Amino acid sequence: MSRSPLITAKNLSVHYPLRGSLIGPAPFVRAVNDVSLEIAPGSFFGLVGESGSGKTTLGRAMLRAAPISKGDVHFDDGEVAYSLKNLGKKELKDYRKRAQLIFQDPYAALSPRMTVRDIVAEPLEVMGLTRSRADTDERVREIAAKCRLNVEHLRRFPHAFSGGQRQRISIARALVSGPKFIVADESVAALDVSIQADVLNLLKAIQHDMGLTFLFISHDLSVVAHVCDHVAVMYLGRLVETAPTRTLFSGPRHPYTKALLSAIPSLDPDDRGKAQKLEGEIPSPTNPPPGCKFQTRCPHAMDRCRVEEPVLESAGVEHNVACHRWKELIF
Amino acid sequence: MSRLIDVENLTLQFDTDEGRITAVDNVSFSLEAGEVMGLVGESGSGKSVTAKSLMKLNPRNAVYGPDTRITLHLDEGPVDVMSLQTDREMKIVRGGSISLIFQEPMASFAPAISIGDQMVEQLLIHTNYSKPQAKEVSIEMLDRVGISDPRTRFGQYAFELSGGMRQRAMIAMALSTKPKLLIADEPTTALDVTIQAQVIDLMKDLVSEFGMGIIFITHDLGVIAQTADKVAVMYLGRLVEQGTVRDVIRRPAHPYTRGLLAALPTLDDIGAPLTPIPGDIPSPLERPSGCVYHTRCQEVIGPRCAAQVPAFLKVDADHAAACHIYDPAGDSE
Repeated sequence: MSRSPLITAKNLSVHYPLRGSLIGPAPFVRAVNDVSLEIAPGSFFGLVGESGSGKTTLGRAMLRAAPISKGDVHFDDGEVAYSLKNLGKKELKDYRKRAQLIFQDPYAALSPRMTVRDIVAEPLEVMGLTRSRADTDERVREIAAKCRLNVEHLRRFPHAFSGGQRQRISIARALVSGPKFIVADESVAALDVSIQADVLNLLKAIQHDMGLTFLFISHDLSVVAHVCDHVAVMYLGRLVETAPTRTLFSGPRHPYTKALLSAIPSLDPDDRGKAQKLEGEIPSPTNPPPGCKFQTRCPHAMDRCRVEEPVLESAGVEHNVACHRWKELIF
Repeated sequence: MSRLIDVENLTLQFDTDEGRITAVDNVSFSLEAGEVMGLVGESGSGKSVTAKSLMKLNPRNAVYGPDTRITLHLDEGPVDVMSLQTDREMKIVRGGSISLIFQEPMASFAPAISIGDQMVEQLLIHTNYSKPQAKEVSIEMLDRVGISDPRTRFGQYAFELSGGMRQRAMIAMALSTKPKLLIADEPTTALDVTIQAQVIDLMKDLVSEFGMGIIFITHDLGVIAQTADKVAVMYLGRLVEQGTVRDVIRRPAHPYTRGLLAALPTLDDIGAPLTPIPGDIPSPLERPSGCVYHTRCQEVIGPRCAAQVPAFLKVDADHAAACHIYDPAGDSE
């Protein structure tokens, strides 16, 4: 891990304008607000948070698929280095080859009118990465085999496949251009548990074999605990805690992380109702509360939390937390 | 406790362009008043179709098996659900004594009618309340499920509420007619974990308050462990295991249940590799012969598994499973 980070977000903000009133400044949503984050090459980096926390937007910004309003994202894979905010047309095309996305819903992400072969081959053709059809076919077969799809599968249309198989097709399509960085946005959320484990194992194997770096966006902390080496927790557009997986799960320092962990339903029937429950819901990002964004639901909030927003500070090795009270709170 | 519903030999097939598909195959179970039964299974296992059958809420191409018997035990006497024909007769199982909560509350509220009007409408259909009374009852229910400022919410539309609020409103609506049986079809699946925990707590409170029976359909065994008294596990339309929640989760008897539990990521063994169940769920058009699970089963004991449907056998006092490993003598038959 001595190499420089593959992805570095520096004070990254993504703001979306809202249709505003005629008078006064146009209002906007701060979907991602002043996020700084490093992802080391070869990492399986987890990003968790409730819906509306901005995790998808952050992932998209790292792919240059969401507008970067403030700050920047740097990409450096040892071959090229890009500043995503100021990417020329040609560079952006090259970046698309190096950074790819796997979607959540394998039923919506694949065109029903294309064969699996054409779906997987499309990125190669669009990006002009292969010289001939034979070349393309060979590359498609090679990637398909890695995703456990055989030649027979390639001839069929997506409707003939189950959810797990479809997700393997989506993965093959994301991998075919030979990317270094993959954003997997809730990529197993739509799958059944028995299939989910299979797809997760496949992602891990591919990451290992091909030396990839993953940003794994998920709302499911138990999945994240099993596959990720680092985790960042988001709340209302901000990072509230980042740490290596084991550190985060064994000793969360932010009250929100703690609440997320204890909300996971326990498999022990005799362990009912012991969990500390979070009140209320995530506020609207169009109208965030002052001070700490979590203060409206935090059981430990005090006066300072309502006026002053905490910044990420070091709470240990690679462990950062944004809470005024993390030193006194022991969970 | 008194018996609330008996389901015997429920078989349901659908006529489709590609042939007749078996969705539910000879499923039997019963539920007592005040009891929560978790119905577990993956997509395509037939759990939703089973639950909807109790309200005869299946499309026109549904064909019930001739031996299917569903009996709802009410104070007024037993109701034979299969014999209900007209919409008028079926009111009793559709919102009267049985209520249903869907997975996606955004899709189950009409978008152009206010939440309140929808609540009042069903109360007018199923109860003798006057319109003003129905409004008061609805507002009371909204308040009861933890919706702040219920009078304002009453006049709002589904899109104005957050996901958690919509699901609470859905629960309020389902419970305002005081049903004897509540069917909750993946009620927390679309919600964030923190909101899911709130909704589960709410449902538990309501069960003890109203004393109704609940059939809780989910694919999440953690949710089952936190809510259910007993569990029924389904695979490809068949019931493969049934028992108390402790028995099924701690000592799963069927290889499928064991596989499901092994595939589940838990926080107790972070970093341990996950064990998927090999293969995919077969298409209902290609139902395996014999035991429907034998194509993916890792405990197949012989050719019998592919040839013979396993009987539902007791493995403990309140615990049964449909697997040949519990019937060593079965070969001779």
